[in-house]
Amino acid sequence: MVSKTFTIIDATGIHARPATILVSAASKFDAEIKLEYNGKSVNLKSIMGVMSLGIPKGAVIKISAEGSDEEEALRVLEDTLKSAGLAE
Amino acid sequence: MNTNEVLTKEISGIAASNGIAIAKAFRLENQELKVEKKAVTNVDQEVVRFEQALESSKRELEKIKEHASQTIGEDKAEIFEAHLLVLNDPELISQIKDKIQAQHFNAEFALQEVVDMFVSMFEALDNEYMRERAADIRDVAKRILSHLLGVTIPNPSLISEEVIIIAEDLTPSDTAQLNRQFVKGFTTNIGGRTSHSAIMARSMEIPAVVGTKTVMAEIENGDVVILDGLDGKVIVNPTDEEVKEYNAKKDAYEEQKAEWAKLVHEQTTTKDGEHVELAANIGNPEDLKGVLENGGEGVGLYRTEFLYMGRTQLPTEEEQFAAFKAVLEGMEGKPVVIRTLDIGGDKELPYLDLPKEMNPFLGFRAIRLCLEMQDMFRVQLRALLRASIYGNLKIMFPMIATLDEFRSAKALLEQEKQKLLSEGQQVAGKIELGIMVEIPSTAILADQFAKEVDFFSIGTNDLIQYTMAADRMNQRVSYLYQPYSPSILRLVKMVIDAAHAEGKWAGMCGEMAGDETAIPLLLGLGLDEFSMSATSILKARSQILRLSKTEMKNLAEKALQMKTTDEVIEAVKETIK
Repeated sequence: MVSKTFTIIDATGIHARPATILVSAASKFDAEIKLEYNGKSVNLKSIMGVMSLGIPKGAVIKISAEGSDEEEALRVLEDTLKSAGLAE
Repeated sequence: MNTNEVLTKEISGIAASNGIAIAKAFRLENQELKVEKKAVTNVDQEVVRFEQALESSKRELEKIKEHASQTIGEDKAEIFEAHLLVLNDPELISQIKDKIQAQHFNAEFALQEVVDMFVSMFEALDNEYMRERAADIRDVAKRILSHLLGVTIPNPSLISEEVIIIAEDLTPSDTAQLNRQFVKGFTTNIGGRTSHSAIMARSMEIPAVVGTKTVMAEIENGDVVILDGLDGKVIVNPTDEEVKEYNAKKDAYEEQKAEWAKLVHEQTTTKDGEHVELAANIGNPEDLKGVLENGGEGVGLYRTEFLYMGRTQLPTEEEQFAAFKAVLEGMEGKPVVIRTLDIGGDKELPYLDLPKEMNPFLGFRAIRLCLEMQDMFRVQLRALLRASIYGNLKIMFPMIATLDEFRSAKALLEQEKQKLLSEGQQVAGKIELGIMVEIPSTAILADQFAKEVDFFSIGTNDLIQYTMAADRMNQRVSYLYQPYSPSILRLVKMVIDAAHAEGKWAGMCGEMAGDETAIPLLLGLGLDEFSMSATSILKARSQILRLSKTEMKNLAEKALQMKTTDEVIEAVKETIK
């Protein structure tokens, strides 16, 4: 399993639009991908799960991936977060 | 005798999107989708049936999305991308399948159970935006359900003649399927100015009248309908004269709109080169879009009471902070005047459980209430101070009658500021502090106030009712609501002159600031900032561009010496004709 921590810098946090981008990216991989925030962990391929966390600006989130393409998945998700200006 | 006589009816509602349309009615009826709870024996077959409904829903949504991106733009069509993700959501799907397999529920019931669970989870989130997403989930669930039940949801994208849509309410997918070529406007039974359908109508720039309560009962398919999104009126089976009248109104509106639209990025400068600021009055952060689209140079009045209304308990510091921050950031450094809680009078908060008063407008309200209920007031002040670093914040206290009240409010603000700083929070170095001038005592003593406040904003609705001693809710004394009365103009002048003598500024945030008869007078009296509803800004700007401040000064000086309101109105007409 691989994992990495990010700080959300987008002013509105992870709302519908960024959640859509993240979930779309995660869904392309076979690995099981989890998003952890504030002690709760959800399936990053579930839009409802991700949005139900209500992640605000400044939040520290952890993404972990487990499966055959876990390295690739984490790398792509990191790129997605950064290129969308969501996290650093 | 005319045997084909049909009854003309007029229905009023909330004007949700500007414009006028005349066309035949098309009723968009939503069948009630009834879910029955059944026990299934063949669970595998039920799971397959659910999967098929999912697939059909996906194909349908793909089509709607494609149509939407062509008619309302990629940007707005993104909502359907989110809908598609919901249809593909592994959590949602697996939970529904679990319910079918483990509990032998029929697919319809399993779907409803799981969706209800997610919806209540979203509705419990402390965030209005997320609560609205619950509606999207319901929308998707309804689509799957219709496929499970084999019911066709009416498809507005098939409309092929000019129509006005009549509906109970419109869901996001309904509005997105509307073909702009044929759908000239819509009217609904429910909804308000900020409901989803209203927002969509404004972005599609088609007229809409919502919250009519009765259009579904009163209008049949094929009735000719005039939709007046300017005044919130729906006329069913109009007479020929009415059609003619509204066609003229429509042409005039279109022409003027084209003219005004050119002024969005213009400065508001008079013919002789004097600049004034045109700002907007808002009630919540969602109103910002309209402010920017209409070229607002700032927010002159943010009424924070809406944060407190329509709920069962006080808003938290975080909720208020988020709203203030959103407005300050949205205005990108342009001035934002936020008025502290103005409750009481005609605006009640049931959960505060305040005793009924004989004269609520002269009673325990606004700053009077806040200085008494300090715990509540301090929460708002903290939220304001914390938000101050995100833009150009100015704080305004309402209903100030004495300097002591202002000093007390200012002292509370200062205490909260010191507390925040000692907690290590950031607060902007300089926040302008102003007051509403709506009580005659304050207007009369404005020269003394001006030494201590940073600005004035004249609230004309109350200033007029208190000066004339005429309840503005009482029809029988409504003739005394006289904004152009020389007495009111003199008070306004005292306030503006007092501000200028101390190097401060004076604005106005009542109805009067956007009124075309008042604008020339106010300009002449030297008003610095005019704050009005966003949709009035471009019209006001186009008027001010044509006026000379020097000439308006002469007009105002004459008006101040006049005896009656009628004389003033006459003089204004004469000058600006």
